[in-house]
Amino acid sequence: MKADTHDLPQEKEHVHGHQTVPSDLALRVKALESLLVEKGLVDLAALDALIDTYEHKIGPRNGARVVARAWIDPAYKERLLTDASAAIGELGYTGAQGEHMIVVENGPKVHNLVVCTLCSCYPWPVLGLPPVWYKSAPYRSRAVIDPRGVLREFGLELPEHVEIRVWDSTAEVRYLVLPERPAGSEKLSEEELAGLVTRDAMIGVAKVNLPQPGANL
Amino acid sequence: MNGVHDMGGMHGMGPIQYERNEPVFHEPWEGRIFALNRAMSAWRKWNIDAFRHTAELIPAPEYLRISYYERWLHSLVELMIKSGLVTRAEVENGKPASGSPRATPALTAGAVPGMLAKGKPASRDIQAVAHFNVGQTVRARNIHPIGHTRLPRYVRGKLGTIHRDHGVHVFPDTNADFLGENPQHLYSVRFAARELWGEQASGHDAVYLDMWEDYLERA
Repeated sequence: MKADTHDLPQEKEHVHGHQTVPSDLALRVKALESLLVEKGLVDLAALDALIDTYEHKIGPRNGARVVARAWIDPAYKERLLTDASAAIGELGYTGAQGEHMIVVENGPKVHNLVVCTLCSCYPWPVLGLPPVWYKSAPYRSRAVIDPRGVLREFGLELPEHVEIRVWDSTAEVRYLVLPERPAGSEKLSEEELAGLVTRDAMIGVAKVNLPQPGANL
Repeated sequence: MNGVHDMGGMHGMGPIQYERNEPVFHEPWEGRIFALNRAMSAWRKWNIDAFRHTAELIPAPEYLRISYYERWLHSLVELMIKSGLVTRAEVENGKPASGSPRATPALTAGAVPGMLAKGKPASRDIQAVAHFNVGQTVRARNIHPIGHTRLPRYVRGKLGTIHRDHGVHVFPDTNADFLGENPQHLYSVRFAARELWGEQASGHDAVYLDMWEDYLERA
């Protein structure tokens, strides 16, 4: 995924594991894992496979491929907007937390934004596991009452005439935003297009932009 | 329940904290508790609604203080104890009770890709009467269940329009308490932002929620 280029609120860069003493939580989880392994309730290799899957195999690159395909193939886009689960399944992305998919399309007059106010529902097969901000109280509380303010915090100012549709994921239906294809991207290949599509654009807190002049695709 | 988890429309939760290049898991234990949950769900002793409700029952100040994966740890432990897979003493000691039988894991590594690819659909292939039609005006019921519900407070009593019929889905309010799936039609309902939030909201904007039959009444 490309790093987002917009200015974002309260940014921080992740600092990788400098913690040397295991936290109380780490110890509690370790003890629980040992107990469950010893009781024969879980298989260590299954745990490793689950973690590897969500760290390396399932993530927003999947969703980006769906979006790029929809941009270049009108028939695919039509299928995506009428039966998203099946169309996304065509690319091999199915299953847990994406059993019932709906794709909502952004355009000049409509902008879609996805939230889960009650917990943190998110379309795992196409976006992976949700970022912390999506699961946090500030986003969950404000996205429905002040979507324009939230988008402004993400650096996205939408004109008043644009209709904002907020999708609160209250059931097992999961939402993916199909962002607008950026102007000037006509000559890009499907793969290059997929490289432009960010996680944030597929949640609806950003638009897809062409890279700055001089940047390598 | 009118819990603090039902936070749509609340003020005072602070600014959105965005992290660039965020890792999938911030610490190894987050990945382990994530995986433990997925692996233990294969025992089919509880369901996703019971899992969510267990997190909602965390006292409000604690719910707000702890992280997402700490809530997962809490829910997993409570559900395992409730369903008899472990005892509280075993969790506290980190050791199986002496003489307790050794099980065979419900999920093996080889079964992980298949389990994830299949998922657990919430739709049910049964006939149920749809009491509402696309385009119809409906009112979200003004009810305050003390148990689990997916009817947010901010929409109760408000008028909306049926946007889409998703078909028949498991009803969380009963499923969370193991009182049955009670499958019924699930609808996407559009609420005008001004109906929810008054004149301060944009006249163009709308919020869509997925709502079961039992959350709706004729307007």
